[in-house]
Amino acid sequence: MSAPLLQVDDLKVYYHVRAGAVKAVDGVSFDLPRGIKMGLVGESGSGKSTMALAMMRMIKEPGRIEGGRVILDGTDLVGLSKEEMRQTKLRKLAMIPQGAMNSLNPVMRIDKQLVDGMIDHGVVMSKSERQDRVDELLEMVDLAPKVASMYPHELSGGMKQRVCVAMSIAMEPDMVIADEPTSALDVVIQRQVMETIDRLQTDLGLAVILIGHDMGLMAQTVNRLAVMYAGKLMEVGETEDMFYEPLHPYTELLISSLPVLENKGVFSGIPGITPSLLTPPSGCVFHTRCPKAWDLCQKEIPQFTEVESGRWVACHLHTA
Amino acid sequence: MRRGGGFQSLIAYLKRNPALGWGLAILVFLLLFASVGELFIDSEDVYPLSEPINEIPSAKYPMGTDSQGRDLLASLILGTRMTLSIGMIAGIVGLGIGTVLGFISGYFGGVLDDVIKFIVDVLMTIPQFLLLVMIASSVPKPDEMGIVQMGLIVSVVSWVRPTRAIRAQVLSMRERAFVMMAKLSGMGGMEIILKELMPNLLPYLAISLAGAVNAGVLSSLGLQTLGIGNLREPSLGMTIYWLRYYNAFLRGMWWWILEPVAVIALIFIAFLLISIGLDEFANPRTRRAV
Amino acid sequence: MTTPLIELKNVTKIFGGKQDYTVALDDMSFSLDEGYAKIVTIAGESGSGKTTMGMLMLGFYTPTRGQVLYRGQPLEELTGKERFQFRREIQAVFQDPFAVYNPFYKVDNLLSIPIKNFKLADSKDEARELMEESLSRVGLRPEETLGRYPHQLSGGQRQRIAVARALLLKPKLLVTDEPVSMVDASLRSTILKSLRALNQDFGVPIFYITHDLTTAYHISDYIIILYRGSVMEAGNVDSIIRDPQHPYTRLLVSSIPWPDPKLEWGEAVGGGGVEEIIQKSQVAFADITGCKFAPRCPHVMDICHQAPPELFKIEQDHVATCYLYRDNDSLARENLNEVFADS
Repeated sequence: MSAPLLQVDDLKVYYHVRAGAVKAVDGVSFDLPRGIKMGLVGESGSGKSTMALAMMRMIKEPGRIEGGRVILDGTDLVGLSKEEMRQTKLRKLAMIPQGAMNSLNPVMRIDKQLVDGMIDHGVVMSKSERQDRVDELLEMVDLAPKVASMYPHELSGGMKQRVCVAMSIAMEPDMVIADEPTSALDVVIQRQVMETIDRLQTDLGLAVILIGHDMGLMAQTVNRLAVMYAGKLMEVGETEDMFYEPLHPYTELLISSLPVLENKGVFSGIPGITPSLLTPPSGCVFHTRCPKAWDLCQKEIPQFTEVESGRWVACHLHTA
Repeated sequence: MRRGGGFQSLIAYLKRNPALGWGLAILVFLLLFASVGELFIDSEDVYPLSEPINEIPSAKYPMGTDSQGRDLLASLILGTRMTLSIGMIAGIVGLGIGTVLGFISGYFGGVLDDVIKFIVDVLMTIPQFLLLVMIASSVPKPDEMGIVQMGLIVSVVSWVRPTRAIRAQVLSMRERAFVMMAKLSGMGGMEIILKELMPNLLPYLAISLAGAVNAGVLSSLGLQTLGIGNLREPSLGMTIYWLRYYNAFLRGMWWWILEPVAVIALIFIAFLLISIGLDEFANPRTRRAV
Repeated sequence: MTTPLIELKNVTKIFGGKQDYTVALDDMSFSLDEGYAKIVTIAGESGSGKTTMGMLMLGFYTPTRGQVLYRGQPLEELTGKERFQFRREIQAVFQDPFAVYNPFYKVDNLLSIPIKNFKLADSKDEARELMEESLSRVGLRPEETLGRYPHQLSGGQRQRIAVARALLLKPKLLVTDEPVSMVDASLRSTILKSLRALNQDFGVPIFYITHDLTTAYHISDYIIILYRGSVMEAGNVDSIIRDPQHPYTRLLVSSIPWPDPKLEWGEAVGGGGVEEIIQKSQVAFADITGCKFAPRCPHVMDICHQAPPELFKIEQDHVATCYLYRDNDSLARENLNEVFADS
């Protein structure tokens, strides 16, 4: 089995504010093999978006990568210089940030925006080559060729989002990180965009990290799933395994709090509120809301362990 | 916008907002100059023939004297006070009218809004300064004009920008969910304006006030430099009028030129910095992370 | 027959100018009686007209055609006192948990102001008690929430306070516009539970506006599916979600990502079969002659372009505006309410 495309090793991202250090990401480790889609799911404030930004080296002051490594295809991104990182972006690693469709340049035509990144990276193309590439990219995301000469405001939300997807794959990177790519879209459009990303992933052999909080969407789109809570990973594994046999109580609660056709009228949520990342709870960070917690959970932080092949969990129920 | 607590957090905020901090500091300095400074001078010295003419700055006359025999130090101190007072009157009257009209226009809309909008548009298009010149020259006895009179004349145009700015803010706020909530909670129109909209507009009101005071100062200086206004009192603008009348440039009376210009420059710099600082305060998104 | 609490009578709402206009709501007739203890969902994508319908009911929009009646009286004709009564009886929970708070005041205001204005308590202590009680009912601890400013609480907490407000006021009708869409998936159940309790324990009818059919299915009894301002399908929520008849509803339901990895997208709904999603840019309202969904419909026929279809009856409590069912009996638009009659 070849080495995984991405290896995140004990990544820590802290925000230094007057009151102390907010531990947005606190020691996260996972692997992503080539061509696999992985979902990173968690509530708001769990640190998932910070993780994405950290991998792209886009964390701004007062945030800092405190430690850990992000090894992409053998290179540690954390140790790269600004220029080296700039080269890596788009070529090897691309991101579709949250609300990307609202960040398209309103006064630039779509075709120019599509190739802008490439030109920036020093790719030299003749006018006809550029046009060909634009047509190619638009076709890959199921958009009509005439979109090339349009402006963002002339496009619908779903179309804009697909333009953002096209921009991210312009240089055929090895990996794409999509942060809540469909949260603002209607359910029908959401399906279209997700199916587009899916098809691209198969055609180009991309690895995709999909960040979100909608478990339903995760169930339908990703092969592997990572559950994050308060800056730490709770469980990682194959999607089917996690849905049918969740190991971590938090995963269990997340799944059971979802309304499905069978359980009409049954409303179960997760009691309590997310903890402060400035002063996280002692021991296991989830123990304050966990229905299965016992005294060890308050005292000792559970280790993130591989309990079966490819199945990791941080819970004393499985690792003590 | 947060409600902070206490003097200490104010100082802490000013440290993070240097524009506002320095602007206020300069303004405070000018206010002290204009008020406390009065204790150190004899206010009679500002009138012509009180001192020897054309004196270069020396120990006896720290800012020298002008061609009419006015002590320039005393003149500047009193002049600053006059100019700032005129600005304040124009600013407060302008803001007062602007707030009332802006809220009515923005919140209630309809015919009133159309009328107010029309007047505002007209006043913004015509040359406001010429209008002031016409008004100021046509009052009876313009050369004996008092501070209040000058302030009120300048107020004729100082309310226009605040009205537009406040109306725009009210329009955008009117559709916000918390206004809908207030209506659902049984609050009436005036109550919503005073209790819900007004507090959120305080930063914009402050910005409008700073702008209106600044505009008032500028307009009054313009009028006085042209010789419209009280010729005897040592307002800053009048000082400039006299120095041009007496050809201070040709005669190399550098002190007479530099001193009022320096004070005027300080006033404008102060208000510019305050505007920048208030702008940052009113737009939290541009605030740097804490 | 009693006068309904709120009624939309052939209401049409149009936005925009002469050339480029949008028909947000098209000839909609609907009413809710006082004490009608059911939850009715109005569902659709963005641009369907669902929020417009809610705003019309709350009196924040005025109809371009038709009337909105409160207890039989058109809203524009209400006296001051009647209008106050209207505001007391019809309440709302909005989508954005932050926007409903005035950032200048503490969150207590959201609860204390209506208590004061509607005279729900005789003393400050009584008011405090009411506030604390309603907060506990939504799962919040009063000592952790009262006295704070909006920015000091999470989105979920703020939204729960908004629901607590509704519980406190016990209105005669609650209009909720996407109350859980901006809240984390794990917190949605809790909020929906509170809304359901308000409906079942206190008999408050709820008008639930959403684009999320999953939550709609869970919380409501009846549903109206809107598309570009017109009703596509309406009736009992169970039958409509499990066995949708209208092609548009089928498209919507098959796009729901059910949280079951083994089910293919679209399989969760009985009958399987993914509806073909036909890509077409939106036809301008001025050019539409028949059924609004015709340009995208996989079953389109000639008759679909001629005139808008009527409400054809599938069951006593289920209608679909689709010519596929033109052989069934039909229901007049004005009588849409018969579909939701309490059986």
